[in-house]
Amino acid sequence: MHSRLVAIVAAMLAWLAGTGVLHAAPGIQHWQTDKGTGVYFVPAPELPMVDIRILFAAGSAHDNGQPGLANLTNGLLDEGAAGLSANDIADQLEGLGANLSTGALRDSAWVSLRSLSYPTHLEPAVDLMSKVISEADFNQRDFERERERKLVALRLSEQQPSSIADYRFFEAVYGDHPYAARPIGTAESLQEISLEDVRTYYQKYYVAHNAIIAIVGDVDRKGAERLADRLTEKLRAGKAAARTPVVPPLEEAAEQRIHHPSKQTTVRIGAPGMRRGDPDYFPLYVGNHILGGGGLVSRLFIEVRDKRGLSYGVNSYFVPMAQDGPYTFGLQTRNDQVDEALDVMRSILKEFHDKGPTDAELTAAKKNITGGFPLRIDSNSKIAEYIGMIGFYNLPLDYLDTFNDRIMAVSREQITDAFQRRVHPDKMMTIIVGGDAENGSSE
Amino acid sequence: MRGIWIAALLFGCQTVLATGSVHEYQLDNGLKLIVKEDHRAPVVVSQVWYRVGASYEHDGITGISHVLEHMMFKGTKNHAPGEFSRIISENGGSQNAFTSDDYTAYFQRLEKSRLPVSFELEADRMRNLELTEEEFRKEIKVVMEERRMRTDDKPTSYTYEQFNATAFTSSSYRIPVIGWMNDLENMELADLQEWYERWYAPNNAIVVVVGDVEAEDVLALATQYFGPLKPEKINPPKPRVEPDQEGPRKLTVRQPAEVPYLVVGYKVPVLKTAAEDWEPYALDVLAGILDGGDSARLARELVRGSQVASSTGASYDLYDRQPSLFLFDGTPSNSHSIDDLQQALLEQIARLQDEPVTDEELGRVKAQVVASNIYEQDSVFYQGMKIGQLESVGLDWQLEDQYVNRINAVTAEQVQAVARKYLVENRRTIAMLDPLPIEPGNKSRRPRQGDGHAL
Repeated sequence: MHSRLVAIVAAMLAWLAGTGVLHAAPGIQHWQTDKGTGVYFVPAPELPMVDIRILFAAGSAHDNGQPGLANLTNGLLDEGAAGLSANDIADQLEGLGANLSTGALRDSAWVSLRSLSYPTHLEPAVDLMSKVISEADFNQRDFERERERKLVALRLSEQQPSSIADYRFFEAVYGDHPYAARPIGTAESLQEISLEDVRTYYQKYYVAHNAIIAIVGDVDRKGAERLADRLTEKLRAGKAAARTPVVPPLEEAAEQRIHHPSKQTTVRIGAPGMRRGDPDYFPLYVGNHILGGGGLVSRLFIEVRDKRGLSYGVNSYFVPMAQDGPYTFGLQTRNDQVDEALDVMRSILKEFHDKGPTDAELTAAKKNITGGFPLRIDSNSKIAEYIGMIGFYNLPLDYLDTFNDRIMAVSREQITDAFQRRVHPDKMMTIIVGGDAENGSSE
Repeated sequence: MRGIWIAALLFGCQTVLATGSVHEYQLDNGLKLIVKEDHRAPVVVSQVWYRVGASYEHDGITGISHVLEHMMFKGTKNHAPGEFSRIISENGGSQNAFTSDDYTAYFQRLEKSRLPVSFELEADRMRNLELTEEEFRKEIKVVMEERRMRTDDKPTSYTYEQFNATAFTSSSYRIPVIGWMNDLENMELADLQEWYERWYAPNNAIVVVVGDVEAEDVLALATQYFGPLKPEKINPPKPRVEPDQEGPRKLTVRQPAEVPYLVVGYKVPVLKTAAEDWEPYALDVLAGILDGGDSARLARELVRGSQVASSTGASYDLYDRQPSLFLFDGTPSNSHSIDDLQQALLEQIARLQDEPVTDEELGRVKAQVVASNIYEQDSVFYQGMKIGQLESVGLDWQLEDQYVNRINAVTAEQVQAVARKYLVENRRTIAMLDPLPIEPGNKSRRPRQGDGHAL
């Protein structure tokens, strides 16, 4: 429904841009279930609750030319499993006060459970989660209904300039690479997906060797081992998904202008950026923090918003993925000032690319990132997100413990060098979605 | 000397209340401080809540509370524009602010030892804001961009704004938080100066701190930083009580869009105004029966059952400051019309009036409330939000502690009673978004850097 809150700064994707963190990182315990699924566990006995997250390499990058298949399959998991209907599953889970959610992006698809930790609540909830991941039924009626709902959701997104810009941006930046496709699919591709396609996809990707489990909460090691075994007991062993292919770089700059009857024009500029575990991760991350990732004090924010009042939201961010995820610059501005905004954004990028940050900027960024480390892991849900990410992308278990040291070790020269090698302002894609010159205001 | 003391004489003792790990204090200048200790992680969230928001505004200056919120980052007598953000950032903090109908709030999230940084800056801008024409001219443009993004170019939000302004006649809940564009265009610095002086004072503020802190230490810090601030005489807003609605209202919004959208609202009381204080809790349970998860009626009957809706929801906030709306919204499925969806929602309401909800349904709503009460404690920020929201509308934060018990006490008969009393035609407003076609066009080309023309 409608939130009546209006926040001053869009916290847009702020956390995607970052990652990391810590000064007293939680000790992550790691083992394999009998079925061969990696488990990442952090005990948190303070509250009587448990978060369990299972991630599969079953995002849209594995759609194999059927856009929307990964997303639709994931959405159908809790619509019927082990003979239980969607109503049965929801009745039982919600009667326990448990929350189950599913989701899929480009790399991963997941199922998350939050439950009270009392055995009377936790055990039946985990049983239901196990059924959903390993015994989904995929009935024809549910399949057709959910596909129809995806079609409506798709059309709803197509009335938002920001969604249109994001769709076009990925398509243009990634071309023939699997990251190009919209996770939700297209009207045509969704129509072509059959129930059999969903079943086949599920059999192949929702398997023990293609998954990792993150557990955070009020259980001990033995209890966590039992939960993980129970969760994976009925999963087929299967095998890990094929590696997503390497992303080719953009060869030249290009621009697309898409007409939309809006008062604002939405802009995306960018190119493939970096991957998880990238050797340039830290200099690129810190550099972007200064340029456009650091919220209210970034160069982009100050120049575009504070000094010129051109946009409400303006930022830049890397989304590190299994392969090079995008490096994106974004803003929205009144239709008649889009060219000014483009010029400002491009010149800030070019200047940073050529000259890098100042010493003062680097010092300030390091203070922000390292000083704010405890905030990144101050709740069970945040820790579950992090260890899920560490497990899924196979990052070192001490990733969080060493994070601050690695931030502190970044030099100006490393940032400048990494930006010059990895970021190419003259080979970026520009997507512009907006209306005609009228701006709907009497100014 | 910075030492305005705690109001020991006035209130009998420094600590007015201490329930569990929550401590409530009041400084001599009227500032209320509420500290909730949560020692799970070495962090602290500091929130300053002002009792002012869009529902305090009047025609001609709508959106002013929110514009002022933006201007609060633009410098004081002691700190240049942008310095506030820079200092918080260098201390590893994250910060933001938000405005609603009933309050304006500012917050920082910090490692626990940095709390004094927050207090120093917040105390400074509570009384020493320096509003300049130069900063205002830029920031009002930012707010207009924000309005275009949030409302003008978002058909569902635009429809809701129109709906809200139709449902209420004189109640200030008709005012959109972001403000009408024409009011933003005509806003002046002097308006903001006046608004700031009228509402930003320690006796109109609540400071909420949650995290790994000791309450007495926080009190000492608050006394040091906020204690010296001068109080103001605060004149509460006029009541502007909504006249009785004497018949249903309906409106249509035509905008370029892909998908129709329906909003239905019924005028209902809230905890602050209800004659019977069980009624808001019964309405809250009613919202849970309809939309408390995937097992609730709207998902079960309308999305999965008849498949009239592609998505649909119901909501109610018992902690609003003024009588409010019980809301439904939804998007029809491809095979049904928006009229079908409206009909289906009205049938669900009729069913709630005709027959009591089942014990199983009530049990599920209550189980979720009990569990959510635990889950919410995973977030220090959310815990602060709950306290601040209650206190800023003049409700006692301890109501939150009673919430689970009050919900547990609600009976099927009470749910039926509030459905019969409030979800009736004469209290209803319906808005429909009737999509106009979007005609997409494309232009692709290979540009040189910076080569562009006006769209």
